[in-house]
Amino acid sequence: MFPQLIDTRPWRRAVDDGLNWVVRHWGGTFEAAAHPLLMLLKAIEDLLIATPWWLIIAVLTGIAWLATRRWPLPAVVFAALMFLGIMDLWKDAMTTMALMITATLAAILVSIPVGVWMSRSLRIRQIFAPILDLMQTLPSFVYLIPTVMIFGPGKIPAVIATIVYAAPPLVRLTDLGLRSVDPAVLEASRAFGTNPRQRLFGVQIPLALPTILAGINQTTMMALSMVVIASMIGAGGLGYQVLQGIGRLEVSRGLFAGLGIVALAIIFDRITQAFGRQLQARIGMQEAR
Amino acid sequence: MSDISVKPDLAIAMRGVTKIFGPDPEGALALLRAGKSKTEVQAETNHVVGLDNVSLDIAAGQIFVVMGLSGSGKSTLIRHVNRLIEPTAGEILVHGDDVLKMSLDQLRTYRRTKVAMVFQKFGLLPHRSVIDNVAYGLEVRGVGRKERLETAAKWIETVGLAGYEHSRTRQLSGGQQQRVGLARALSMDSDIILMDEAFSALDPLIRSGMQDQLITLQKSLNKTILFITHDFDEALKIGDRIAVLKDGALQQEGKPEDIVLRPANEHIEEFVREVNKARAIHVRSIMERGATEPCEQSVSMDARCEDVLPLFAEHQWVGVVDGEGQQIGRVTAKQVIKALARHTPGVG
Repeated sequence: MFPQLIDTRPWRRAVDDGLNWVVRHWGGTFEAAAHPLLMLLKAIEDLLIATPWWLIIAVLTGIAWLATRRWPLPAVVFAALMFLGIMDLWKDAMTTMALMITATLAAILVSIPVGVWMSRSLRIRQIFAPILDLMQTLPSFVYLIPTVMIFGPGKIPAVIATIVYAAPPLVRLTDLGLRSVDPAVLEASRAFGTNPRQRLFGVQIPLALPTILAGINQTTMMALSMVVIASMIGAGGLGYQVLQGIGRLEVSRGLFAGLGIVALAIIFDRITQAFGRQLQARIGMQEAR
Repeated sequence: MSDISVKPDLAIAMRGVTKIFGPDPEGALALLRAGKSKTEVQAETNHVVGLDNVSLDIAAGQIFVVMGLSGSGKSTLIRHVNRLIEPTAGEILVHGDDVLKMSLDQLRTYRRTKVAMVFQKFGLLPHRSVIDNVAYGLEVRGVGRKERLETAAKWIETVGLAGYEHSRTRQLSGGQQQRVGLARALSMDSDIILMDEAFSALDPLIRSGMQDQLITLQKSLNKTILFITHDFDEALKIGDRIAVLKDGALQQEGKPEDIVLRPANEHIEEFVREVNKARAIHVRSIMERGATEPCEQSVSMDARCEDVLPLFAEHQWVGVVDGEGQQIGRVTAKQVIKALARHTPGVG
């Protein structure tokens, strides 16, 4: 046994007491701060559930068509959505989709500015890189417990936990994409008297867009992989069906709901990837230089 | 050092420009000032001397070529003119304005209006069409969309890319891409154009065509062009004046003939030995001056020896005429041969 060098019990107590203090004094503030997120989630969820199923199928299949201009992807998207409908998973799928879209939107809103900031300063990158590592490797239950204590069980801690888990790849890929913009193009832009803002929006972000889109793709996938855990604290949706399947030892329920998550993953993964390829072709990056 | 008397026709004046790359340039500068060589400074401090006390006068309305091998500091030099690189010491005046004293805002305005640049690697924006690339400088300057597209279309036509306005730049060949780069710089209508190895990435034939086009354009537009190259032949062909750079230090500056006829040191002599002298020597510098009877065939006073050589198959005398078509002298084959033979260093 490792000898006890220092008594760590006071530290633990301090952390627990500290959290309790935060919950008591700041709980309301945090909840108010997260309110817009809840409104966004509710709005998206209500919209998805209120929209007739055939319209959603038509829209997503149409987007798949726009992304590739060929028939295979729309066919896959159509089949995946039909599967969700036939298996009586439609409403749960819409709830899960709403959670994923909300988390992804929030992650984009936070990650891209952070990625831009990181790409501009070595110092900031040194600070954020370990934080991102921590966000990705820390088991999600560890921060799930305090978020549930602060916000109470429900959709908000589920969304926040999903954002924490899903945002890092987008931050990293935004940073990477911006830094790998051809320095010759940036120099040319500088020579014509652009200011940093003009370079960022006129050169760096457009050229980094395929990489940023790959980050968004990663974020959607990671958000979907969180749905089962998120449903444990009240997110509902497909994850809850899986959870119930486990609880009741109903293998079929868990399996079908699990396949439903895979169907959603395929739809969003293939559509974002196809848009990424389209963008890359437009910039001409796949050509050897 | 600050009492620079700026002649009115001087476009760019550089005084004692020194650039040292590394974390402590001042320390290395002190060593350099103390008389150490570039290699000694690098060995002692691990700092690279990019430019070593370079002073140049570049008159307006000419093509000024800076020639040097890779690592000679020529690309560093040209980036000082629009301050893409900050010098460690020295002064840079453009049309009398001190570039180094400009605030960031003034510097941007200066780059947007006074100097345009063409790059070896083109530096085009791959997500934009050809016309939007050409209009880029004007867009940054704040020119309205309609006006800048009109200007861009005009220059695209001038450089011979009409019909490609809406192509993506990656769909074009190297030569065409550099024409886009050239059109982008020309559409700025700035007095000064900086060209950093602009034709070095191109195939020889296309390159030669671009050189001819540049000379023609310069004659009609009368811009000041600072042109960087590692190719001595190219320097002789397009340069009104040439400066030779080695290890960041200026070796010689003068007219192409001066460099060919009187190389200042062995380094330059090595270049001269390899060069096509018939291209370097103007006929006007070897002709028999004065009013003579008009010759059947004549060439302009800008002609080089290589231009008149074929004419001697038919004619004994070839006249040299000035801009107004007035004959100012004449040459014979013998004079040309004599000039070419005499100016072969190491021979005779």
